[in-house]
Amino acid sequence: MLAKRIIPCLDVTNGRVVKGINFLELRDAGDPVEIAKRYDDQGADELTFLDITASSDNRGLILHIIEEVASQVFIPLTVGGGVREVEDVRRLLNAGADKVSINTTAVLNPQMVKDAADRYGSQCIVVAIDAKKVDNQPYEWEVFTHGGRKSTGLDAVKWAQYMVSLGAGELLVTSMDRDGTKIGFNNPLNRAISDAVAVPIIASGGVGNLQHLVDGVKLGGADAVLAASIFHYGEYTVQQAKQYMQQNGIEVRL
Amino acid sequence: MQKVDIAVVDYGMGNLRSVSKAALHVANGKSVVVTSDAAVIHAAERVIFPGQGAMPDCMRELDARHLRDAVIDAAKNKPFLGICIGMQLLFEHSEEGDTAGLGLFKGNVKRFADKLTDDLGEKLKVPHMGWNQVFQTNNNQKQAHPLWAGIKDAARFYHVHSYYAAPQDNAVTAGETEYPVRFTSAVARDNIFATQFHVEKSAAAGLQLLANFVNWKP
Repeated sequence: MLAKRIIPCLDVTNGRVVKGINFLELRDAGDPVEIAKRYDDQGADELTFLDITASSDNRGLILHIIEEVASQVFIPLTVGGGVREVEDVRRLLNAGADKVSINTTAVLNPQMVKDAADRYGSQCIVVAIDAKKVDNQPYEWEVFTHGGRKSTGLDAVKWAQYMVSLGAGELLVTSMDRDGTKIGFNNPLNRAISDAVAVPIIASGGVGNLQHLVDGVKLGGADAVLAASIFHYGEYTVQQAKQYMQQNGIEVRL
Repeated sequence: MQKVDIAVVDYGMGNLRSVSKAALHVANGKSVVVTSDAAVIHAAERVIFPGQGAMPDCMRELDARHLRDAVIDAAKNKPFLGICIGMQLLFEHSEEGDTAGLGLFKGNVKRFADKLTDDLGEKLKVPHMGWNQVFQTNNNQKQAHPLWAGIKDAARFYHVHSYYAAPQDNAVTAGETEYPVRFTSAVARDNIFATQFHVEKSAAAGLQLLANFVNWKP
């Protein structure tokens, strides 16, 4: 049967992999091409690169990185961050990305998701949803943009359904409350979205140990689990994560 | 015209960079060219026919570039590897947009049923996306197909699709995958081999299959 996927995530800025806490306080974690190769060797099922470069001057760097990774690593590569128009999707796919993740632009201009899916196929369009628990609203989780700084007034579950209706082939769901905290995924959020849509969801934000990955699949209904810091700083290898998941009854590619 | 060992057919659908990079990685000095020129396809020693996106768009773009005859000719005469939609297009018909295919294999391309569940009752998503096992079948031959050489039975390959091919003659089935129904994920006949899964994105197993194709003498 189909294996659940483990996806190491590389946040890239100015050509280096970094990792922050709650989207702040960035720490250097190394060279993206070297890290990508290491994860591939460890059995990563896919890799996700998020370009968090603030200045537009250095945005071209991600294309060179993807080109280099794609000529050495033969597993699916997803790239996100700063994708504003269909032309950005084309450039990233041409550089060797297999999927492109769209976040803020999906909120500002949902039509762009549809245009990109119509042009390149749903299989390569991932919509990233950054959600935060909110009080005093008719919904439980709200969509945030701009790296978690701007609220949108959108119900995350309904938003997920809308994005799939426009052609998103997969959803990357990040809990802003959990990101960088190492206390585990927001499983109720992931479960609500997973149950509401037909496409695969990737759980993201909050992984601190291997049991969190198991819980993401079993409790959160995730089809794939994404993690960064537990792999970057050598706490666990991808292989160890997969072995642990398998011991807990989850089908993985070993 | 320069000698082309491996032509990757470019008809404007999908990400050919991945396919050409993976082919180049195992080409062992052979040339790999991404082309939408029928003459290059005719002249190539072997042909890879990839494809992504929706089948109606793929057929339309193939015809818009006048590549139908070149692809059919290649599929009849030289080592030919279809990948993903490039496998589906070889069949007579697809449910996706009620589209006629190239008709090189008898049978239809069908959509996964709605509301699939696994053994534990968990919903199975469509598209079928990720690493799934491919069970090799031997076409009622004594030996396994040469493109499976060095690849373990039930090895995992990366799949992304909502439709799958159902060949009329199951003797052409070279590989099967379960989701949860058992479907044909690879077909083979004479000089043609085609996979629903993405060999170019399937790590060591995929590279081995591509390397086998590069050296294949059907």
